[in-house]
This record gives sequence, structure tokens and C-alpha cells, in this order.
Amino acid sequence: MSKRVELKNHQREIFYFRLRLAVSIGFVLVLMGILLARLVYLQAVRHDYYQTLAESNRISIVPIVPNRGLILDRNGVVLAHNYSGYTLEINSGKTSDLEATINELSTLVSITPKDRKRFKKLLTERRNSETLMIRNRLTDEEVARFAAQQYRFPSVEIKARLFRDYPYSEKTAHLIGYIGRINQTDVDQLEENDLAANYRGSDYIGKTGLEQSYENELHGITGVEQVEVDSGGRAVRMLSRTPPASGNTLVLSIDAKLQEIAEQSFGNYRGALVAIDPNNGEVLAFVSRPGYDPSLFIDGIDTQSWDELNNSPDVPLNNRALRGQYPAGSTIKPFMAMAGLYYKIRSPDRTISDPGYFNLPGSSHQYRDWKKGGHGIVDMFKSIAISCDTYYYGLATEMGIDNIFNFLSRFGFGKKTGIDLEGETSGLLPSQEWKMRRYKEKWYAGDTVSVGIGQGYSLVTPMQLAFATATLANNGIGYKPHLVREVRSSRSNENRLIGTKPEFDLKLDPAHLDLVKRAMAAVTQPGGTAAKAAAGAKYQIAGKTGTAQVIAMKQGEKYDASKIDERHRDHAWFIAFAPAEQPRIALVVLAENGGHGGGTAAPIARKVLDYYLLGKVPQPLPDAADKGVEEHD
Amino acid sequence: MTRRQLWQRFIAHLDLPLLLGIGLLMTVSLLVLHSADNGGWGQPLKQMLNIAVALTCMWLVANLPLHYLMRTAVPIYIIGMVLLVCVALFGEISHGARRWLNLGVITVQPSELMKIGIPLMMAWYFEKHEATLTLKNYFVAALLLLMPVVLIVRQPDLGTAILISASGFYVLFLAGLSWRVMGAMFVAALASAPVLWSMLHDYQRHRILMLFDPSQDALGKGYHTIQGMIAVGSGGILGKGYMDGTQTHLDFLPERTTDFIFAVYSEEFGLLGNLILLGLYLFVIGRGFIITANASTYFTRLMAGSITLTFATYAFVNMGMVSGILPVVGVPLPLISYGGTSMLTLLLGFGMLMSIETHKKLVKT
Repeated sequence: MSKRVELKNHQREIFYFRLRLAVSIGFVLVLMGILLARLVYLQAVRHDYYQTLAESNRISIVPIVPNRGLILDRNGVVLAHNYSGYTLEINSGKTSDLEATINELSTLVSITPKDRKRFKKLLTERRNSETLMIRNRLTDEEVARFAAQQYRFPSVEIKARLFRDYPYSEKTAHLIGYIGRINQTDVDQLEENDLAANYRGSDYIGKTGLEQSYENELHGITGVEQVEVDSGGRAVRMLSRTPPASGNTLVLSIDAKLQEIAEQSFGNYRGALVAIDPNNGEVLAFVSRPGYDPSLFIDGIDTQSWDELNNSPDVPLNNRALRGQYPAGSTIKPFMAMAGLYYKIRSPDRTISDPGYFNLPGSSHQYRDWKKGGHGIVDMFKSIAISCDTYYYGLATEMGIDNIFNFLSRFGFGKKTGIDLEGETSGLLPSQEWKMRRYKEKWYAGDTVSVGIGQGYSLVTPMQLAFATATLANNGIGYKPHLVREVRSSRSNENRLIGTKPEFDLKLDPAHLDLVKRAMAAVTQPGGTAAKAAAGAKYQIAGKTGTAQVIAMKQGEKYDASKIDERHRDHAWFIAFAPAEQPRIALVVLAENGGHGGGTAAPIARKVLDYYLLGKVPQPLPDAADKGVEEHD
Repeated sequence: MTRRQLWQRFIAHLDLPLLLGIGLLMTVSLLVLHSADNGGWGQPLKQMLNIAVALTCMWLVANLPLHYLMRTAVPIYIIGMVLLVCVALFGEISHGARRWLNLGVITVQPSELMKIGIPLMMAWYFEKHEATLTLKNYFVAALLLLMPVVLIVRQPDLGTAILISASGFYVLFLAGLSWRVMGAMFVAALASAPVLWSMLHDYQRHRILMLFDPSQDALGKGYHTIQGMIAVGSGGILGKGYMDGTQTHLDFLPERTTDFIFAVYSEEFGLLGNLILLGLYLFVIGRGFIITANASTYFTRLMAGSITLTFATYAFVNMGMVSGILPVVGVPLPLISYGGTSMLTLLLGFGMLMSIETHKKLVKT
């Protein structure tokens, strides 16, 4: 190509520009011509048609609310569904004296003070001139009685509506969540996300749990009817109809029976249980105790029930599995052992002599082992089997907080697991940087010591611990935990499977894994801390007990459960996977104020494992897990 | 100085035919707003204030000599880009899009600024390299256009992005981008469409299809189109008469003072009124083209042409969308829809046209 700079001919340039300009003018004329043609078409050719539409405009566009998707367990057991029922509704815009109307209605159907309060609340919250519900779930008899008197109430009508129902009620409340009436916050949110059109006519939206996190799948697509209405607003003729598309069905990985057994195995204990299939991240059971009745929330909870739930010392509304943050206690030890091997701080056969306490060089402060007098000579295998604290005080100190932070965060500690529920908390995996940020203070060697046994600053959620256990069980290959296994489309036969690919591979050394897993298996063998709970099992359980301190012990003080207020007793942990050599299930049990992991949490885990692996249903269903078992952790 | 001389100086840099056209369209705006406001004066009065502010700015710009105008190109473009990046980083979210930037006192929408900033910058760039234009220069100019457009698409504000792209493309076109390159671009766009389509999610495809078939979205934006078409169609040849539009006054028309104001006008003034309106627009556009043809420098030719074509595009897109031949994108009807920002942007453009027309005698060619 010639690089010669050529001075352009000015005249020529102007000529070319004007040519372009002429093309532009032509372009504009064509556009305006198209527009004119369209306007002639609309205003002259089709005028009569549109004239009619405008005359009787009174074309009313009526949304048709889709049926909400079902939620099923992995075997097709229904966990959330809809049933049709009758409601009594008042068109408040057409009623002059609401109070009188309601009073009169109450002579026909029972209207409780709760119903009245709810109606008043609806009245203040209403979004448009829709009719408002005064009673739901009318009995057939009530329907008949009202129908006979309908002429007296021109502004009241009976409507058939679909109601949401949760057959497992409080057993799955923390998992399924609930729907509730759309409020102003939801409206703003929907408008933000440009979804408001699809919610025209919808009264409910998922508020918590899977109902919330899968709202977009469950809601479905609102249909629409264009109807011609007369001057009185009555439909005369249907012009067009786009049917609604029901919401998609969620098939969970949860096993409802397993969930039920897990739930019942807790007896009177509060706590949480999360069971995961380590081979694919499917959550098999997800328990947070106590639960609550989700159906209370659907049409707005009355103040009395709300106060009861909200002020209960058992905090039933708190999703412990997802949001509860506790010290991991000794359940952290297998992971600490993996870290020690990884950083070559401890070889498997290196032993320590445990006098029953640990102190930092140049300090007289004693970090005590749970066993007075110590465990004697301890190597790594034994440190897990008998849960030696002193071993891990030293290990943590030598490894340093930076290494601990780096290694444990790879197992997901201190991070959200990304399970498909909203509101997950991330626990706390402390680091130097975190302490500086939080307390404006540098990290001391003493801070590291207690992190070694899962105390100190560190906190985990049961969900996190379950995820880490599953990852360990699956030799470091982690799958993102998920509750939904499959989304079944209502429109096509297209089913979407969720999460079948591993998230990460920690590339753990097989020799390290072998040692730690064998030691965890020894935990449930005679001599281990959970031997009693595992006795007689037809498969091998690899596990680890743990105790999370609720209150700190002073130097030299002895823990005495009987002297401590029940709610200040230690929390009991048990993590496990089974069968130990080819794990099909990994789980975490937390029994709040349960005392020792081996005595309280492990028996709960055993019942769950027995059912999942052997199909054995506990008979009779257990009363509270045995207390006072002299096993320790 | 006599009063007469003062007056002469005041109007020296105004282009009277253009001002006449603009003034007539603004009168239409106030009339229709009065009707759309159900006979109220609230909206028309506020619109008058918008008009007053915008006219003042137009007068100032019209009095600005061209070399000053050129000098503003780079700073305006850079400020616009910085603001766009700021919006992307910490803009305020409203209705699912990040378009506004809260500067403490006022919230600004930088994409508005870029409606002028981009053609200005591109015209400036072409002027700089006028003597030695090669394909590379067109490429650079296209890049100047694409960078802000990508940021605007990501906000997401597809409508504005498309319109700004159009105004930038007009500069490229007027600057003499060869037909062959444009043809190649067109073919490439057509060829890549199916590929892009296959990369979209189902719901995204649904969204796009909805744009072209409003009945698919009868509860959302489609409702606007349906009611707009009914309003226009029922207006007939002569219209239903001023203040007598049933669609308007019975609340069937959404956004009737802003994006859908054309439906109000069409319903009440009919096809005849529309002919007059199109005539007024063509008059303004025609005057713009005359100014463009007479412009003395490369920069002013490009700028004037782009401003005029962009104005025509806005008018076409808005009326097309209300009458149901174009998807609903948020574009106001120029000079008529209620709104201060768009009025200001438009009149700044007309100020430039006037400056180009009235300063050309002073510039040597």
C-alpha cells in the first residue's frame, strides 16, 4: 500500500460529502415514509377495528396466576404442594361499611379475632383494588351456608384458590421455608429485577428456604386473558388467552424418611444435622431443631404466634444448620492432622509425651487436655482416636496460624459452602489479618494454641463442617452441596440435573488420607471416643467426636456439667462418614448443650447411618439420647 | 447601543428557521401535556421551565465560536468516560439497571452526556486527521464509539446504547467510510446473529422475542404497545378532538406524558395531526441538512450531519415504538415528551447547529 500522503481535492471532497448527505436525506425520507404508511394503516385502514377496541375498551387484561411448582424428595415424597380450597373475599372498594359486613358475615361462617386482625393488616397492605380475603379454608358446610345468603352480600364472594401446604411441617421448615404474601419490599425487589409483570395477580412469593432460593423456578409464568368487559366491569367475551405455565417441580436430594428419622433421633435436644452424599454433594438430610410450623406464615402470622416463636429461648426460627456458628471443638482435629502432614510438621510416627497440659515456651499458662494427667505417649493415629488435646496444642503452635488458615480454608472453613439456600453464614477462620481488622491487635502465639482444638476465635456452621467432612471422605474431591437434585420443567420434558461436576480437587496425599481415615475409624472402635455409639454396627464408621465450649473455664477450674445451667453446657459434635472404606454418606450432628460428642451426638448419627445404609428404622423411636454416659472427648 | 442593536446582537447567532421549527414543536408539547395531564397545568408548567433552561443553554452554545466548541470535545469525552466507569463501579441501581451516579447534590446519567460527547469526539478526531485519512483512522474512531457503548450496554441500557451507536455510525458514514467496509460489517453482523442467538439463555431469547411480539408480554411492556396502538388507531383521520381522547383520559395509556405522548397526540389529532407533526419534524430535519450542507469545515459538517440524523432517528424510533413497528425501548419523543434531560441534550445539539450556521462566515475555509 502506498504511504504517500495525498492532499485531497477540496471540491471533490465536498462532492463526496454531499453525496453522502443525499443518501442520508433519502434514508430519513424512507424512515418517515415507513412511519407514515404505518400511521395510515392504523388510523385509516384499521381504524374501525381499533375504534371498536377503544369503544369497548374496556378490554380488560386479566392475569392468570400459575400453579406453584411442587417440591418432592428424592423418592417422590411430596414436601410442598398446593391444594384447592375456598376463601371468602371482600371487595373493599365496593363496601361502604366493612365492619358491619364482617359482623354480619360472622353469623354465617366463623370469623375469629385472628381473622379480623389479618384482614385489617391486608387492608393496609393491599396493592391494588383486588378483593381481600377474610376467611380461608372454608368448610363445605360454610360454603353452602354462605351461598344461600349470597344475595345479601353483593361485595362478598367465594373464590376457589390454591393453598400451599407443607406435609412435613416443622420437620422440613428450615429446609423448604415458606411462602408469604407479597409485601412492599418484595414489590420493590421485583421491580428492580424487572419481574413485576410476571407477578401481576400473584399474591405469594417465597420468603425463606428453598421456596425463596428457587422462587424463579417455582413461580411459573403468569398467563393472561384479554377479555372484553361491559360498562359494569363484567366479562362479556374472551378475546385471547395465553395459558399460564406452572412452576417447575423441584426434586430434592433429601430423603424424607431419613430426614424424619434424623429429626426424631434428636429427642429433646436442640441442634442440627446435615448429611451429604460425599460422591456428588447431594444433601440427604438437613435438620435444624427445633423447627416451627411454616404454614403460620403464609397468610401473615398473627402477633401472638409471632411473639411466641420470636421470644422462645429455643430460637426455633434460627436455622442452626445454615446460620448457627459454633466452635468446632475436636472435630477439627482430623483436618489439623491433615495440615500437619501436609506441611510436614508431624510425621505419623512422631510421638509426644502428654502430661495433661501444654504451655508455650516461657509461659506458665497451662492449656489443659480434657483428660487430667494426660494420655501418655501419643502419636498421630492415637491423637485422633482418643482425641488428645495436648498433641494439637503443640501441632498448631508449630504450624502457625498462617498455615492453619491456608490449609483449612481449602476445606471451606471460614467461607460459605454455596448451598442453594439464602442467608448462609460463613463461620470464622481466624487469621492475622482478620484479627488486625477486627480488634486492631496483632496475633499472639497464644491465639494459635486453642485454634488447634477448634476453640479460640474459630467458628464453624454445621453446614460447613458437613461439607469439609464430605470432602475428606471423598479424598479431597469436593462437590458443592446442594439440596435440589433436579428441576423438572412443567412446560417441556426437559429436566435439569444440578451439580454433577466436582468443584475442586485438593490433591491430598493418599498416604495422609489413609492414616487420618484409619484413625477416624478407630474412633468408633473399642478404646475410641465413640466406641459405644458404634458398637455392633454392620459397617465401619469413621468419625470424630467434639465438644464445643459454651463458657470459658478459668485456670484450674474443673468442668462439672451438673453445676452448670443447662443452656451453658457444652455443645456435643459428631462428624462421621460410612462405610469408612467406601463412604456413601458423610454427616455432622450438633446437639446443643448435649455435653459430650460421643455420648449425645454419636448415637443420633448412628440411627441415621443405620437407616441410610441398612434401611433399619429405629424401633421404638428413641427417647432422648442417653445421658450421663461416661465417655469423653 | 440602541435597543435595536442589542436585539440584533441577541439574535445574531440564532438560526431563525430552526428556532421556528423547534418553537412550534415545543408548543405542541405544551398543548399535548396539558391534555395528558387531564387538563391540569402542573406538567406543562414544569415543562416550560425545562424549555426555558434548555433554550438558555442553546443560546449560550450558539454564541460559542467553533474553535471553542472543538476544544470541548476531548474534555467532555474524557469526563463522560470517567463517569461511565464510575457508574459501572458504584452507580445507583434502579429498576435493575445501573445508570445513575449520585454526586451528592444531584444524580446524573452519564449516558445522556455521551449522546453529545461521542459524536463530538469522533468529529474532532476526523478533523485532526482530515488530510491523511486511512482505514486505520476509521478503526480508531469506531473504537472511540465502542468503548462507551460497551459500558452502556452493560448497565444495561440497550436502547440508549443502540441510539448512541447510531449517532456514532452517522459520523463514520458522513466521514466517508467506504461502502465496501460497511457492506462487510453488515454481512458480518448478519452472519454472527445465529451464533449469538445460540449463545443466549432461554430467558434472554424470550425477552428478545417479546420485544418483537408484544402480545407475548401483555402484562408488562406489551401492554403499553397494545394500548398505544389502540389509541393511535382509534384516532382515525381527524382524531377524537383535543382533550377528548378516551384512551388518554380513561387511564388506559401508560407513560402518557413521556415515552407514549405520541399516542395521546395521535388519538386526539388523528392522521391529519400526524401529517402536520411529521411535517414539522421534516422541516427541522431539513433545516439541519441545509446547515450541514453549507457547513464550512470537516468537523462542523460531521457534527451537524450527525446531530440532524440522530434527531431524525429519535423521532422515528419513538413514533415507531408507539405505533407498534419497533420494540419498546425507552426513547422519548424529541422536543415533545416531558423531561428536562432530553430537552437539554437536544437543545445543546441545536445550539451547536446554530453556532455552525452563524459562525461559518467568520471561519476561513
